[in-house]
Amino acid sequence: MKTDRPVNLALYTIHFPVTAVASITHRITGVILMVGIGFGLWLLDLALSSEAGYLRASEVMQGGLAKFILWGLLASVIYHVCAGLKHLLLDMHIADSLEGGRIATWAMLVISAVLVVLAGVWVW
Amino acid sequence: MVTNVTSFSRSGLSDFLLQRVTAVVLALYALCIIGFFLVTPDLSHAKLVGYFGSTSMQLFSLLAVLSTAAHAWIGMWTIGTDYLRPAHVGSSATLLRFVYFALVVIALFVYVVWAVRIFWSL
Repeated sequence: MKTDRPVNLALYTIHFPVTAVASITHRITGVILMVGIGFGLWLLDLALSSEAGYLRASEVMQGGLAKFILWGLLASVIYHVCAGLKHLLLDMHIADSLEGGRIATWAMLVISAVLVVLAGVWVW
Repeated sequence: MVTNVTSFSRSGLSDFLLQRVTAVVLALYALCIIGFFLVTPDLSHAKLVGYFGSTSMQLFSLLAVLSTAAHAWIGMWTIGTDYLRPAHVGSSATLLRFVYFALVVIALFVYVVWAVRIFWSL
């Protein structure tokens, strides 16, 4: 056994790098969208079915919970697409260095956050 | 040799490419749909049917839902094979993964059939 192992780790200084947080969020929004497609299809099915169905769908979307779900889904789409576009840049070896990746991830997070807020303004 | 029986196309390289091609299709589709709702403030049933019922949007919607099935399968497969492993969930990992994959397949099958029914009956 090595005797020069580090001891007494300062756990409060250990955290995920921003790129890891962005990656897990990409996965989480993907799972949200997997479920959210069901909500989207249901709403579209209702709204397209008939004039009465359209009015019913409009009525449903006046509700606070429905608006929150819609905003959550829009936010997930926005984030998932932004993170995906960053991924395509990485595939082209753009911003795939450690420092470049961090900067690109922060830029992606800022752009997503702005768009998510704008989506919220649009929904409410 | 480990056989790759549950990946979408039986090839990681092919899955990699499919994930990206379908991603571009879905990003463009999302942009079109959100764009339509943005530029159509006085939305009505007739306008909605007119938009989604046009042949070009019917084809685009079909392409999008098929892309969703492939894209979501590859994504959910990645998540399932990353987290539903014996190291994380114990010895029943294979059974859990089977059930999880079955649920994903059923959901995606329903989405495809449902979307085709919605868009191609307009």
